Amino acid sequence: MAAIAPQRRSTRSGIGLAPTALLLLGALYCLFPVSWLLIASSKSPGELFTTPTLAFGTGFLSNVTDLFAYRDGVFWLWMGNTLLYAGGGALLSTAVSAISGYALAKYRFPGRKLIFNLLIGGILVPAVVLAIPQYLLFSKIGLADTYWAVLLPQILHPYSVYLARIYATAAIPDSLLEAGRIDGASEGRLLGRLALPLMVPGLVTIFLFQFVAIWNNFLLPFIMLGDDGKFPLTVGLYTLLAAGANQPSLYNLILTGTLLSIIPLIALFLTMQRYWKTDLSSGAVK
Amino acid sequence: MRATRLGAVLAAALTATLTIGGCGSSEPTGGSEAAATSPAAPQGPVKLTYWTWAPNMDKIVAVWNKDHPDIQITVSKQAGGDDAAAKFLTAAKAGNPPDLVQAEYQHLPSFIAADAVADLKAETAAIKGEFGEGIWGLVTLGTEAVYAVPQDSGPMMLFYRQDLFDKHGLQVPKTWQEYGEAARTLRKKDPKAYLGTFSSKDPGAFTGLAQQAGAQWWSISGESWKVNVADEPTKKVADFWGGLVKEGAIDDTPFFTPEWNKALNDGKLLTWPSAVWAPGVLSSNAPKAKGKWAVAPLPQWNAGENFSGFWGGSSVAVSAKTPNKAAAAQFATWINTDPKALDLLVKEAAIYPAAAKAQAALGAAPDYFANQPDFWQQAATVSAGARGFTFGPNVGVTYNAFKDGFDKALQDGTSFSDAVQAMHEATVADMRKSGFTLAS
Repeated sequence: MAAIAPQRRSTRSGIGLAPTALLLLGALYCLFPVSWLLIASSKSPGELFTTPTLAFGTGFLSNVTDLFAYRDGVFWLWMGNTLLYAGGGALLSTAVSAISGYALAKYRFPGRKLIFNLLIGGILVPAVVLAIPQYLLFSKIGLADTYWAVLLPQILHPYSVYLARIYATAAIPDSLLEAGRIDGASEGRLLGRLALPLMVPGLVTIFLFQFVAIWNNFLLPFIMLGDDGKFPLTVGLYTLLAAGANQPSLYNLILTGTLLSIIPLIALFLTMQRYWKTDLSSGAVK
Repeated sequence: MRATRLGAVLAAALTATLTIGGCGSSEPTGGSEAAATSPAAPQGPVKLTYWTWAPNMDKIVAVWNKDHPDIQITVSKQAGGDDAAAKFLTAAKAGNPPDLVQAEYQHLPSFIAADAVADLKAETAAIKGEFGEGIWGLVTLGTEAVYAVPQDSGPMMLFYRQDLFDKHGLQVPKTWQEYGEAARTLRKKDPKAYLGTFSSKDPGAFTGLAQQAGAQWWSISGESWKVNVADEPTKKVADFWGGLVKEGAIDDTPFFTPEWNKALNDGKLLTWPSAVWAPGVLSSNAPKAKGKWAVAPLPQWNAGENFSGFWGGSSVAVSAKTPNKAAAAQFATWINTDPKALDLLVKEAAIYPAAAKAQAALGAAPDYFANQPDFWQQAATVSAGARGFTFGPNVGVTYNAFKDGFDKALQDGTSFSDAVQAMHEATVADMRKSGFTLAS
């Protein structure tokens, strides 16, 4: 027995190295583009294609000033729009997912299975496929080219509802709800006072998911919006890239704009990390 | 019943003309200016939206808005290129297009086929003479209708590194044969440098070169389209470049890639057959080489000729669904023919105007070409020799087939004229599928 134990430990550490190396590779894979972006955005237009890829340039501040001056600071307008779409959309989406997930998890009603199966089916349909039909529908009701055209389609997100339902099933004991009912709490009170607090870690996950998804969304706002004053950053920066055949792309402004646009995402993740971690571990146990 | 799309277009054009006729009878004809003084909408100013991607267009429109309180234009800056065309077509189909739209010449036919743009024949009768015949053909497609007002154009010229030409003792090639020989000579003198590159990602450039050789890929005869992408001139151009690439005399790095930018900066690429807007691209992508480039007419296929083609350029079209067609047409005419507007287009939007008067009035050479004071005179001469061309309704398909075919030809080392044949077949198949009538 004594001979086996150390041996086992050594094999475990041997196996342990491989995942660590793999994870390191993965981290490198994820972080390299970000560091490239950081380096590239520090280059002035003249340096961008002439200096080595991984050498820092000298133009970061002038890039930032140029970007903020571009079309009288339209960058800030786009940043504000993106915040509105991502923040508002994620909040609304989380609310809808929480309520529907809770209802699907804790109430028995006819059609529940059907709705759930439809949701699962909905997860399989990529949002990209829906963008054009949604545009045609929104045009019909006169909502195309409005803020709602970008917000509304992203509120109902099947995967988030699915997550909320799974989470509610696991996190809210039926007995607790039963006890609440016996004490005379209304269904609304049960949801607000009992269910939602228990679901918070799951809801944070959903919020983050949706926030990032909407922040990065390109196709839907690209199709829905005609007025460049309502563009989010993704579509706005794209107008700098595809500036027309006879205009040079404003690479340095795009790179700087992209770098600035990921800062809020990083900040959000750092501040929400606690909840995120709680959720991952609690999911593992349940 | 085989209703053709072209037939539908023509019918739509006919109705549009009748409507204009109806409006025109209550007003004195010939005046887009007349329409301005008697606005169609009595309540408040007419509000129009304008999709464009030309830089600083909002500033130019602000000048119009100040002078025309009754017609207020809102610029919405879009992403340019093929996506812009697709977006406009989708918006037109959904029923909420902008009133005015920037339309690249190669995409205009697809707008016409989708009934998305209005016929401006009556509104533009007075300004027809302002444009060269080659340019005007791009907005009429050789029909009686006028679907847009030309804004800018891209006559092609040969840009070359004067300092390096001198260094290696190269002559500016007058014909493509000389170009090929210069390419071989350069390879011997500097094995790291190339005289030029063939880009399999830029169908626009290839189309321009084919135009120079006299290609006519599409034409309208009566109610049907004639398609001949794989005509003799096009095959000749393709095989010329294919041969040079195959023997290693020129490179095959696509334009506008980081590698290409680097080659320009390092002086490893000595020529670029490009359009008049090249100074903007060069100054931003190869700032180091400022003052070292010069411009000459494109090499010719037969010595003594003076032909060129167009790469790029766009027009301003009026949406078929706009309720304020007269006002929109008035603006489209103003921005592309009024001296004040043209001046702004050149200075603010940095475009090469399509209007002949404005081309002649261009002053100092672009900063990047300060060493060549006659830059604009050269451009005007070249522009006059640019050959006419009619684009078809599915240029996107043809261009994609170009990219696929030439990518493959470069990869497998197969013949370029086969790629041209594939372009032709893809174009014809797509037009048949879409219900166009093709004359054989």
